[in-house]
Amino acid sequence: MAGRVLLIEDEPNIAEAIRFILSREGCEVLVESDGAKALDRVAEARPDLVILDLMLPGMSGLEILGALRADSETRELKILMLTAKGQGRDREAAERAGVSAFMAKPFANAEMRAQVRALLEG
Amino acid sequence: MLLSALTGTRLRERRLALGMRQGDLAARVGISASYLNLIEHNRRRIAEDLLAQMARALDVPLATLQEGPADGLLDGLRAAAAAVPAAAAEVERVDDLIGRFPGWSAALVELHDRSRALARAVEVLNDRMAHDPHLSASLHEVLSAVSSVRTTAAILADTDDIDAEWRMRFHRNLHEDSERLAQGAEALVAYLDAAGQGQDQAITTPQDEVEAWAEACDWNLAAAEDIGHSAHLASGAGRVLAAALQASHQDDLARLPEDALQQALARHGPDPLALAREFAVPVLSAFRRLALRAGSGLGLVICDGSGTLLLRKPALGFSPPRFGASCPLWPLFTALARPETPVEAVISLPGPQGALLRARAFCHVSYPGGFRGPELRHSAMLLAPEPPGSEAVLEVGPTCRICTRASCPARREPSILQG
Repeated sequence: MAGRVLLIEDEPNIAEAIRFILSREGCEVLVESDGAKALDRVAEARPDLVILDLMLPGMSGLEILGALRADSETRELKILMLTAKGQGRDREAAERAGVSAFMAKPFANAEMRAQVRALLEG
Repeated sequence: MLLSALTGTRLRERRLALGMRQGDLAARVGISASYLNLIEHNRRRIAEDLLAQMARALDVPLATLQEGPADGLLDGLRAAAAAVPAAAAEVERVDDLIGRFPGWSAALVELHDRSRALARAVEVLNDRMAHDPHLSASLHEVLSAVSSVRTTAAILADTDDIDAEWRMRFHRNLHEDSERLAQGAEALVAYLDAAGQGQDQAITTPQDEVEAWAEACDWNLAAAEDIGHSAHLASGAGRVLAAALQASHQDDLARLPEDALQQALARHGPDPLALAREFAVPVLSAFRRLALRAGSGLGLVICDGSGTLLLRKPALGFSPPRFGASCPLWPLFTALARPETPVEAVISLPGPQGALLRARAFCHVSYPGGFRGPELRHSAMLLAPEPPGSEAVLEVGPTCRICTRASCPARREPSILQG
């Protein structure tokens, strides 16, 4: 699979592991750890897919998702929400805000590969 | 060596003063940003060698972070002045203040820090009532570490051709995450322990919420916060209980209006039986009306037929226990066993300054389903301060676990206060 993936994740070890997994699949992976810089980074990198953590410093994943969906440039952008809170209200809020897919931590690496493949090729 | 409780605050202030991001400092000293965040909010103690690394990274003497000397005083006093702009503190003369009165300066900074810590605690408490964020944060920390371990371990297990540099990096990450996991689990256990011990911050039950809501208006329910907007009533169950209490209070108010009640009190004193007779109301209405009104110093405890406490308004010197079964000697339970019979006793609480209280109890029996329905009992106990006198005193306690009356014949279990 090919495509540019922007990973917005503040846990450096998780970011490193995801970058490794997706790079081996042929993706170009960019990483941003600061929620407050995420929107600028999306505008600058123009990714095919954003993997977005829910709990971020500076600006939450839900706020970023809302801002991306409100912008005509990024309204259709594929967004995979990644969070340790796999259940309940946050998930519903992300779905209401228009997330493309949702994946709860901890996840299997094969699940991550499959989700990203489905979103990039779908 | 472990450092003082405000080391994290000093670290954070210094980092912010340099405009350095949390993630950058964490990376420079080889810890995760989330761990640094815990340290900066004084939720993790920091070992001296790590603090020394941070001092180097922040270009500040180690002692400044440890002790908060003059520089710390300067920043602290400026922060204190900024927090109360109305005081128009002479910020330009702050050096004079520190030079002439270092002790007073330190006291002022300490008070400001405590005030901020308390404000933070209130914020945390409000948040916890709404979403229990500490529990959520602890779980998030554990789940994040588990996710990282799982993903990294799978990479190491499944990737045959991984190069040496990546392998080393992932081994290091696994080590870091296992540390985080241990710390996260520890924090979670500490949190759950604290909640189990019923610390003041651990408001856990809907009944606790209702009592916090009533306490906020000094149990004058006519002046209580709107149920839908009260920060105290975080859960749906709490709001339901509060609404029920308020509805019964409205009913009591209609049956015993304030003006008429005051006139009756002038004639009878706070005698619930006399009031019930005069207003032709259930005795428990008179109990509630006497306790739940502006300026009432009376305590009130209500239980159901199982002895479970439904309402706990403390009286001076008497706080009904939040956890565990109550003392079986309370007149409340005597009345429960003798429905529709008034029970009165002067009770004393244990301890060198044990409170003396006049307790009046009454149990009401109802049959909401008619002849075929169940029998329901509600017992109430009204508590008023009592001056020492010649009347026989009934020695009671709060709950066996924290009662010091060693030879009490009604004891159910040993007290943790008796060694």
